[in-house]
Amino acid sequence: MADRGEPILQVRNLVKHFPLTQGILFKRQVGAVKAVDDVSFELYQGETLGIVGESGCGKSTVAKLLMRLEQPTAGQILYKGEDIARLSGRALKAVRRNIQMVFQDPYTSLNPRMTVGDIIGEPFDIHPEVAPKGDRRRKVRELLDVVGLNPEYINRYPHQFSGGQRQRIGIARGLALNPEIIVCDEPVSALDVSVQAQVINLMERLQDEFELSYLFIAHDLSIVRHISDRVAVMYLGKLAEVGTDAQIYDHPTHPYTQALLSAVPQPDPAARATRERIILTGDVPSPANPPSGCRFRTRCWKAQDKCAKEVPLLAVPERYRDSDSGARHASACHFAEEKDIVHA
Amino acid sequence: MPIDMDKTDVTEADTPGVPLLEVRDLHVEFRTREGAAKAVNGVSYTVDAGETLAVLGESGSGKSVTAQTIMGILDTPPGRITGGEILFRGEDMLTMSEERRRTIRGDKIAMIFQDALSALNPVLSVGYQLGEMFRVHRGMSRKDAKAKAVELMDRVRIPAAKERVNDFPHQFSGGMRQRIMIAMALALEPDVIIADEPTTALDVTVQAQVMDLLAELQRDFTMGLILITHDLGVVADVADKIAVMYAGRIVESAPVEELYKRPAHPYTKGLLDSIPRLDHKGKELYAIKGLPPSLMAIPGGCAFNPRCARARDICRTEVPPLADVTEPDGTPIGGRSSACHFWKETIHG
Repeated sequence: MADRGEPILQVRNLVKHFPLTQGILFKRQVGAVKAVDDVSFELYQGETLGIVGESGCGKSTVAKLLMRLEQPTAGQILYKGEDIARLSGRALKAVRRNIQMVFQDPYTSLNPRMTVGDIIGEPFDIHPEVAPKGDRRRKVRELLDVVGLNPEYINRYPHQFSGGQRQRIGIARGLALNPEIIVCDEPVSALDVSVQAQVINLMERLQDEFELSYLFIAHDLSIVRHISDRVAVMYLGKLAEVGTDAQIYDHPTHPYTQALLSAVPQPDPAARATRERIILTGDVPSPANPPSGCRFRTRCWKAQDKCAKEVPLLAVPERYRDSDSGARHASACHFAEEKDIVHA
Repeated sequence: MPIDMDKTDVTEADTPGVPLLEVRDLHVEFRTREGAAKAVNGVSYTVDAGETLAVLGESGSGKSVTAQTIMGILDTPPGRITGGEILFRGEDMLTMSEERRRTIRGDKIAMIFQDALSALNPVLSVGYQLGEMFRVHRGMSRKDAKAKAVELMDRVRIPAAKERVNDFPHQFSGGMRQRIMIAMALALEPDVIIADEPTTALDVTVQAQVMDLLAELQRDFTMGLILITHDLGVVADVADKIAVMYAGRIVESAPVEELYKRPAHPYTKGLLDSIPRLDHKGKELYAIKGLPPSLMAIPGGCAFNPRCARARDICRTEVPPLADVTEPDGTPIGGRSSACHFWKETIHG
């Protein structure tokens, strides 16, 4: 991936704060949940960027901001150089066609009263230019075929399908408008193990076929590694570390990434005794009142005074700036140091 | 009036040769309008003191229904136990008197549920709910029971237990609530703990904390642990032996290292192969084709046959028995069995 060209999506210093209010008649703001706080990343054509993090780290809020389901508090979301955050009306509608979403729960994200044909065809009602009226059924059948469902099922209802099949319907709906970017928020975490692999394979096949860019949000690190070209690790509203999949998994330099990787249960009983595990103490702090300085410091074994005072910037650590090892990637830690977790 | 339940009433000593808990040929079905859903079809397993048995299966495999039947919390109707035995120290819990059964369940066997928020009562403080165990089962006073509750919360490492004992479940984080569930299960020092997906709802870093705590407590109390899960990673980390379930039956059971090294059932093999691995990056993941069957219409013969690459005619007509697995030369492999007509080809290639 030497020549990736211009990024298709550029997120710059994105911020989303949800106000906390008190009082009924005269609401006054008493604070804010800092769900996303100064996040920047790029997405390139045909690439998969994985975002991993625990619940409450803000990864789903990022997804909603990209879809403009939420209005960002500050920052820019540049789609081919155009700031989505500032668009409205017709211009926004045109951009939205190109960014679609696949949701986590295939049981609640499909309307139980609509047939599969209506669900997948609904995007055409909003963007009629994509498929002229008489052509829609044919389009929907084609989409069903593309995601591996029998086109004869077009008149069935969601409850007649299994979880994996429903997720395929969700994917077909996401594909309907020929988008360039698909935001996938935990697309397989609600599925059974034996079905997850089927859906992942389908998504990879579709990516090649339609040259899609994926923003793949998940908490399962092994699946993220499998599908992603680059990975961003998020903690409490901020990016902790960003790099290619090999850089993040083989040469993690941020203590949080290291702890996360070491906490993943390995399907290999032989490694049980030899594996080094970092067990973090405590829970993720509240995003309404995040720790000063580095947000991870309250659970970090390396934390020193500096961590409480200075917010670490997401940059290539100085010690690795001239090295050609995998550790040369952005990490937001004052004391970033490579540690091999996966192979140890 | 607190009920005094005498602990010595239940056989304490381990009789050699008799497992701590044994499930034998259990059958459970659910009556529905569309007919009977056969959730459990002849499940047998044993757990000994200090041992961890992992029951692995996808949703609908019958793993949780088996556990609910052991605990006596199966809803009947619509559920119905149509056959089998559940032996606690050699005594059948399904045929014994209700009174005796109650002393065993609760006192000797405890359960940890997946979703701690819905398993705890939201309008009672955690201290009250923990203390309830001691008030009801041990006849303690409110004051003593609360002191015990604080002790337990300390034991599962809830910080500032003394200050938090009067807090309500919603005031705790997910990981802390699961610790309270574990404390509650441990309260009466049971011999067997059944943990049904205890960490599925938790984040990975918290999951590791809770699993570690559970493993440590099990060692300290030499309890038998039945861990019900769908996560092959969690199993590899903590289990001694595994029973893999599919469509209400055990299709393979084996010591944990053995099973991961050389699975003897195509379903187990498929599950292991579908885990994303480092050297498979960029290639297609192995995927078991098709879907798990409906429990109303389990395929004839081997239930896995429509999804199996090895399936031949015999697989469609004859139910494969859970047979002992041996080395190619016939030497038995300890504790291994597989319900596949072609286990030899599966394990030895």
